[in-house]
Amino acid sequence: MRGYSFASLLGRALRGHRGWPPAWRSADPGKAYDVVVVGAGGHGLATAYYLAKNHGITNVAVLEKGWLGGGNTGRNTQVTRSNYFWPQSAAFFERSLKLYEGLSRELNFNVMLSQRGILTLAHSHHEMEALRRWANAIRINGIDSEVLTPAEIGRLVPLINLDARFPVHGGFIQRRGGISRHDAVAWGYARAASALGVSIVQQCEVTDFNIDNRRVTGVSTTRGSIAADKVCICVAGHTSVLAAKAGFRVPVTSMALQAMVSEPLKPCLDTVVISPVIHMYVSQTDRGEIVVGGGADAYNSYAQRGGIPLLEENLAALIELFPAFSRLRLMRQWAGIVDITPDTTPIMGHTPVRNLYVSGGWGTGGYKAIPAGGETMAHTVANDAPHPLIAEFGLDRFESGALIDEGAASGVAH
Amino acid sequence: MLRIPCPFCGDRDEAEFRCGGELPREIPQPGVDDDAWSDYLFNRDNPKGLVHERWCHSFGCNQWFNVVRDTVTHRIHAVYRPGEPRPALDGPCATAAKSGG
Amino acid sequence: MRNGSEVGRMSSPQPFRGPDGGRIDRGRTLAFTFDGRRYRGHPGDTLASALLANGVKVLGRSMKLHRPRGVLSAGIEEPNALLCVDWGSGLIPTVRATAMPLLDGLEARSQNCFPSVNFDLGRVLDFTRALWPAGFYYKMFKWPDWRAYEWAVRRAGGLGRLPGGADRTGYRHLNGHCDLLVVGSGPAGLGAALEAARRGEDVLLVEQDMEIGGSLLHDPMEIEGAGSDDWLAAALAELAGMDNVRLMADATVAGAYDHNLLTIHDRSAAWRGDGAVESFWKVRARRIVLATGAFEQPMLFGNNDLPGIMLAGAVHKYATRFAVHCGRRVAGVLNNDSGWRSLLAAHDNGTTVCAIVDTRSDLAPALLDAAEERGIAVHRGATPLTARGSFGVQALRFASATGPVRQVDCDLIGMSGGLNPATQLYSQAGGKLRYDESRHCFVPDRDPEGWEAVGAASGSFTQESGTPVRPCAAAPVRTGGQWLDFQNDVTVADIELAVRENYVSVEHLKRYTTAGMAVDQGKTSNLGALTVLGQLTGRTPGEVGTTTSRPQFTPVTIGAIAGNRRGDFYSPPKRLAAHDWHAAEGAVFDDYGSWKRPACYGPDREAAIAREVLAVRQSVGLFDGSPLGKIEVKGPDAAAFLDRIYVNNVLTLKPGRVRYGLMLNENGIVIDDGVFVRIADDHFLVNTTSGNAERICAWLEEWHQCEFFDMQVVQSNVTSQWAVATLAGPHARGVLQSLPGLIDLSTAGFPHMSFARGRLADGMPYRLQRVSFSGEQSYELSVPSNRAVPIIERLRAAAGPGELLPIGVEALMVLRTEKGFVHVGVDTDGTTNPLDIGFGAVVDRKRRDFIGARSLARPNDRRADRRQLVGFEPLDANASVPAGAHFVAVSNGTRRSEGFVTSACDSPTLGRTIGIGLIERGFGRKGEEVLVYDNGRNTPVRIVDPCFYDPAGERMRA
Repeated sequence: MRGYSFASLLGRALRGHRGWPPAWRSADPGKAYDVVVVGAGGHGLATAYYLAKNHGITNVAVLEKGWLGGGNTGRNTQVTRSNYFWPQSAAFFERSLKLYEGLSRELNFNVMLSQRGILTLAHSHHEMEALRRWANAIRINGIDSEVLTPAEIGRLVPLINLDARFPVHGGFIQRRGGISRHDAVAWGYARAASALGVSIVQQCEVTDFNIDNRRVTGVSTTRGSIAADKVCICVAGHTSVLAAKAGFRVPVTSMALQAMVSEPLKPCLDTVVISPVIHMYVSQTDRGEIVVGGGADAYNSYAQRGGIPLLEENLAALIELFPAFSRLRLMRQWAGIVDITPDTTPIMGHTPVRNLYVSGGWGTGGYKAIPAGGETMAHTVANDAPHPLIAEFGLDRFESGALIDEGAASGVAH
Repeated sequence: MLRIPCPFCGDRDEAEFRCGGELPREIPQPGVDDDAWSDYLFNRDNPKGLVHERWCHSFGCNQWFNVVRDTVTHRIHAVYRPGEPRPALDGPCATAAKSGG
Repeated sequence: MRNGSEVGRMSSPQPFRGPDGGRIDRGRTLAFTFDGRRYRGHPGDTLASALLANGVKVLGRSMKLHRPRGVLSAGIEEPNALLCVDWGSGLIPTVRATAMPLLDGLEARSQNCFPSVNFDLGRVLDFTRALWPAGFYYKMFKWPDWRAYEWAVRRAGGLGRLPGGADRTGYRHLNGHCDLLVVGSGPAGLGAALEAARRGEDVLLVEQDMEIGGSLLHDPMEIEGAGSDDWLAAALAELAGMDNVRLMADATVAGAYDHNLLTIHDRSAAWRGDGAVESFWKVRARRIVLATGAFEQPMLFGNNDLPGIMLAGAVHKYATRFAVHCGRRVAGVLNNDSGWRSLLAAHDNGTTVCAIVDTRSDLAPALLDAAEERGIAVHRGATPLTARGSFGVQALRFASATGPVRQVDCDLIGMSGGLNPATQLYSQAGGKLRYDESRHCFVPDRDPEGWEAVGAASGSFTQESGTPVRPCAAAPVRTGGQWLDFQNDVTVADIELAVRENYVSVEHLKRYTTAGMAVDQGKTSNLGALTVLGQLTGRTPGEVGTTTSRPQFTPVTIGAIAGNRRGDFYSPPKRLAAHDWHAAEGAVFDDYGSWKRPACYGPDREAAIAREVLAVRQSVGLFDGSPLGKIEVKGPDAAAFLDRIYVNNVLTLKPGRVRYGLMLNENGIVIDDGVFVRIADDHFLVNTTSGNAERICAWLEEWHQCEFFDMQVVQSNVTSQWAVATLAGPHARGVLQSLPGLIDLSTAGFPHMSFARGRLADGMPYRLQRVSFSGEQSYELSVPSNRAVPIIERLRAAAGPGELLPIGVEALMVLRTEKGFVHVGVDTDGTTNPLDIGFGAVVDRKRRDFIGARSLARPNDRRADRRQLVGFEPLDANASVPAGAHFVAVSNGTRRSEGFVTSACDSPTLGRTIGIGLIERGFGRKGEEVLVYDNGRNTPVRIVDPCFYDPAGERMRA
């Protein structure tokens, strides 16, 4: 992709910015496509982009019931990291981080990747052992991680209260981890995919799958029937709903994951801080807002709003760790619907219906996986065989019991 | 914060309860194949709409009971005790239990 | 915070304050400062009204372009007048001056400007603003990478600074219930409250302003035949006299949540320097009446963001409520009758209005007559073009209905683009809105259960002439100079650009341009932005749709939401019954789950642990095992029930005997271990891992109530009822036997894995089990918790002076590591099944079903290359290998983890480093040498049996 640069901005500024073309083309649904991607979130758009770019498949439609990037892609807390315990997870998420590192140039769209470091805290001797196990696993996986003492943490994040109710015993940092701008990722992929010929159809809800002899032949939508050789489901929290339409069940529970922001403030927090045990993470956006995230409301939900108990819990945890934030004001609270798998590892690959593929079960961590998720799903769809990086992420692992339980293995939920 | 009508104690705040999740299907016999076992163990209907689920009034009477709740509106349509049949839900809110709304 | 009286010595006139009128206490004067200069105001003022009275026009700078900003509104919707304020609270950023009560000695400062609000170097961004259109940052800053620019962008972003110093405000949480919650105390809200209160309903009325009365406080009207002041006084008196009514002022309903729980941020006690308190209420309401009024919207014309351009309603409110006349010559820019009412009323109260420019042609004759009476020039069907001025308004240019461009000289512009009901809470609660074309606003349409909107919040605005509001449109001048979002500097040109680039969904528009994303959350900008979006894309605002309102209605102090959950209140620690005794013994306490327990005794951790370990190995040690989980399970089916819970056979256990058992979840993963005791045929005592008792008791309850409900059994967590003193070591029996009344402890009569209960000679009930986690002869003596200290003291006395050393958790961990005893949750994780830790034979021997059994038959659970529990010794006996290190296989220069060290210690008993861990195919690898990796360092170790000490178990059975 080209077209966006300081020079082009300067040039158009002289002409009142009148010459800018649409970032992407809004298409009407056609009759038939080689591939239909259901869901124009980050994963759906990235899958379409890599289908076109890496596999030359451009007769692709991305169908979106609302507006593109309007689901979890536009609601998450923008964290990007690859500090995973299991080699399979680490390889996948490291690929994703590598792609993120080149994404602004690849897409010619600044996704504002800020590799400011992600600090994970331990609050007891035992947690520190678990964190050490995790940090060592990351290094063995070939990824950067550094164990820090409380004193080093105090120097890195001066606002932190090391003597909190659960004192900080140490932590580790992935310096290449950080945040980026979530909307930009969706828009950047949409723009790049559209330029390669992909049709992005918004306000078009898939109401059913057309299945013939356990093979998908297309989809029914609110804007008519669309034939497709292959269909890929990329719908974040709604994986169960779509799977049910296609006649199978998935090991997924949908929950409302909360996040909240304060009023904007001059820079005061330069690192992303995660406390897995206290269930709180915090960062400061480039606009200056303090973004706080925590857990999901503890029951099934498709309502994109958060409740009070978790709000209070998250903010109490924040203040216990960062007393200086108590006089800030909370501006906004929201939730995204995440689909959580029993082992917190995504579900990617084939489904019981032939030529129907699924990318879901992203739980609380789908945003950071967008580039690699798109790249590997495109490969999987194009070749009708899982990309090696996601070979073990298939639905069949639940039958054999070969779960990839990230939280359980590292000893810390994340 | 949901308001949940405990069938033993009456209306109480969500904070007193623990959600045990969607009611599982019946536990299969030990001899079932891996497919049926994993379906029981992991797969969920996870409906968008009415869900039958299990809650425990853990900071109250500590009794488990069943709830019919809408996962979109969070409205509670019915509660019933373990072992009781699933209530028919023809009307907007048809059961002994009051709506949480 | 400056000393008020000192400031008060300075006298300064209030040039824009009228000689009389206003709801201010002119008898008292409050002194305050703004950017170091001293000013005066009166009780009843807001910070904004006091600044305006003193003629201060420029209060801040916009976020992006650093344009000068004055006061826009007279309420919570204010996007511009955001100051840092210290009232003894520390310097709090981004305070809305328009909603901040004026306090004596208050110190206010402008923010987001350098070096000063009147000369801000950041304005260079404004002069070059052609380069910074909406979303400019998405198009550049890609080379070499974003980090190269980010530091500068971050410093440009943000508004105020984090307050320094300690937060001295108290925060409290309160809960409430009511039949009716009325939000807003204008005539509509008060009316609803009165009606319900007279019916006997429990009514709570909440007003965000400092004073109850809403619009009546500045906009008097006749109600029920009375003047509004009288009506208000009567209504307040009546409500005050009813004990089913509560009134809250200076409190904002901030969030509407499920099942009609509303949160209220109560600031009424927040303004004291010392002892300030902010309260966060959670109120469950059966019904909610929304009487929040409406937010007036700005008009679009060039430079409509200049200081001195205000909402017409604000001009009115400052004139009547505060007797502040913000300009000497006011021009109106209007498209609706409400704006007319405001300006006419302001004029009548002393703010001179000289001209009104209305974009509508067909104005009601009454308005024209009213203008003529007052000598106000009216320009109908005119189009406002541009405001002239730089740091304040000097004139307004407009195109008259016939075409020619004209100009009015003025120092203040009062504008009104129509009213938009304040439906944010209604939307939060799930209410649906409808676009009302004649009023050009979004009104409530489908009420959420229990909700009703009344008054202006429902879209019924008072005294309209019937001439519809004319939706505001961009003026035919440069669109880059017409502001929609004043704080974020979003102009009409930004919307045009977004549309050109296909960001035409209202959510895309908001995110791309940042319109409505400022701290006011779009209260004065959302409607304008989506109106312009609609005009550019050929849609009505109704078709464009709105973005969703989320809590908070206005931002709420984070400390208030967190409440007093700080320090120990964040998560109250559990303390041992003998906590103080341990402390007196020099215990170093650590957190073990929610328990505070002695990690060791003495400041030198390593030495203390070694001393304590050797005491147990060589003589005797005393361990406080009280947090050990204790669950009583009783009933005719108790044995059958537990047999389904445990991997182990429960049915064959004899009364008085103890057995070690594992519990699994349904997925076959080990979730807990510990011994269980058969006290009697129908009575068991289940021991769980310390800190796990609640979880396991809940687990048993869930299985019993939901799946095995036909079994006759009850379970009860008695963990905290019994204190446990564990005596371990070769001398344990000798010390313990000296307690009068205890049973005979000889190994023949009371062997390892036995249980007894009874009373000591003095009548103290006890329970005794002979089990060992240390590998030595060991007795766990339980007594009622309140007897913990006496029993410890008696055991100590029995042992003789200095003979019975207390030992901490860390020493016990070393002891059990030496024995290779598994600690569930440390040596196992959420992937470990019982086969992995050597319980394959037990699993296979049990023919009956138990929880998790079926999962253990899956191929993956039987894989040969699973990680299995082993012991290891470094080849260099003293090499340090921490828990968390990994066993690695190195081939072709790449490392691969084969497992990890779960426990490791420097064994005082063996004089070397030992450890246990999980490694692939571990059971078959005894004797093999492998590398252990930690933090860049490899250490060669040999895999051995996990039991390093007394493998035959002779010592613990002795």
